[in-house]
Amino acid sequence: MLDQTHRNNLPAAPGVGYKPQHFSDILTAPQPVEWLEIHAENYMGDGGRPLAQLRHLAARFPISVHGVGLSIGGESALDVDHLARLRHLCDWLQPASFSEHLAWSTHDADFLNDLLPLPYTAATLARVCAHVDQVQDVLGRKMLLENPSTYLAFQETDMDEVDFLTQIAQRTGCGLLLDVNNVFVNCTNQARDPWDYIRRFPLHLVGEIHLGGHDAQTDDHGAPLLIDSHGAAVVDPVWRLYAEAIRIGGPLPTLIEWDNDVPDWPTLVAEAGLAAGILQGVLA
Amino acid sequence: MNQTAFRQALLNPAMVPPANLIDPQGRPAGRRFDVYRNNVAASLTRALEAGFPLIRRIVGEAFFSAMAGAYLRVCPPKSRLIMLYGQDMPDFLASFAPLAHLPYLPDVARAELALRESYHAADHVRPDLAALTPAMGLALAPSLRLVRSDWPIQTIWAMNTGGTPGPLPLQAQNLLILRPEFDPVVQGIAAQAADFIAALQAGQSIEQAASDDLDLQAILILLLQNNAIAGVRP
Repeated sequence: MLDQTHRNNLPAAPGVGYKPQHFSDILTAPQPVEWLEIHAENYMGDGGRPLAQLRHLAARFPISVHGVGLSIGGESALDVDHLARLRHLCDWLQPASFSEHLAWSTHDADFLNDLLPLPYTAATLARVCAHVDQVQDVLGRKMLLENPSTYLAFQETDMDEVDFLTQIAQRTGCGLLLDVNNVFVNCTNQARDPWDYIRRFPLHLVGEIHLGGHDAQTDDHGAPLLIDSHGAAVVDPVWRLYAEAIRIGGPLPTLIEWDNDVPDWPTLVAEAGLAAGILQGVLA
Repeated sequence: MNQTAFRQALLNPAMVPPANLIDPQGRPAGRRFDVYRNNVAASLTRALEAGFPLIRRIVGEAFFSAMAGAYLRVCPPKSRLIMLYGQDMPDFLASFAPLAHLPYLPDVARAELALRESYHAADHVRPDLAALTPAMGLALAPSLRLVRSDWPIQTIWAMNTGGTPGPLPLQAQNLLILRPEFDPVVQGIAAQAADFIAALQAGQSIEQAASDDLDLQAILILLLQNNAIAGVRP
């Protein structure tokens, strides 16, 4: 288990997912956005504008590096070349936080560019813990692991998702990233109670919260099927679950995640302002 | 648990999803599995659309979308750096029967790949060229890309990036991609200049690389003005 010397250094305030089209807006009018999150893989090029912009932003804002390609839940070994690229990025950038997903995305040599689901079993738990240990060893820092959005279940699953994530954190010393939209999407899709999920979640282990939007469809039997789209505003039930998490766990770094159909900067700032209001509400 | 079975069904819409995938009531996952299929196909299609805007313009949006669906199943990404996805597109286009009447498309795809590579290539410090002599070689910028073609690639590129349509000259042309700061610029260069660039890349000195009919001054000015020289080789 890693010691806790590399704690998450993000402020307990709103941040947004960085999009290059907002570069000048962010520098001229950042309020109430206090930190930025980037997808690690977009900054693994050798140079050019992406890295120049990131250097510029990092001088002004705490940065959270969020990986989307490590495949921590993959059945095969972690890609050591990709881990080395992550190490390089974290070494020069010195981000305030590094996080990844409870999911898999590679198979043999193929990268499938999606966060694919895992059965919650003892075997998966052992494999994910070994991979989290490896990541934390290579990066020399504590990581956060994010709860996934899922659309189906596995026959062989015999553990609850909250218990599964709690055990990973306890065994590896990693922190957790609580995506409240994923909780709502998941609980709707899996016919579970999202309020129970939030109340049982180990909020003392959470280093960051994600808020985002989703699409609504139905499955073959007419049951609601929510799709994590990162392409819309946060819905009211998710705001209420978020407020409950903050009420229980206290103020936490909170990301507005909007990756598709990216809105203009004022729209993002308005979402961040709503999060700021909830965060300040518990401080009052 | 078997990610191999999941992976196979993911990229094959005709396959029934693995039987261990279920809904909350224990029934087969059905449409729920299709969400993952759609996510993978849509995200990779978006990446290809962003990476090959000229190919898309030439073949049309609907055709490109259908072709991307075929491409991503034959050539899923091998790298997690999706910004560079599509390395096999030139070969794919060359063997894609419905596009056999557009034999220059693979070279357009090569140019579009080169443009993206240039955008993400390493930065360099402008070298001191005060002591440069013809007996020296030049290290070219990591962002420089030379695209040689048997087709009138320069005219095709210009016509699809805002230039006025006109007759295609029946000749081979070359593109040189340079990155003065952060935005790559694409321009045509004569065969002699392309030979010169290729010879410099192969390690020859300036005097070895320059043929008699090369406008040496013009190509050196072009390289200098576009920050395309990274160093001097003694």
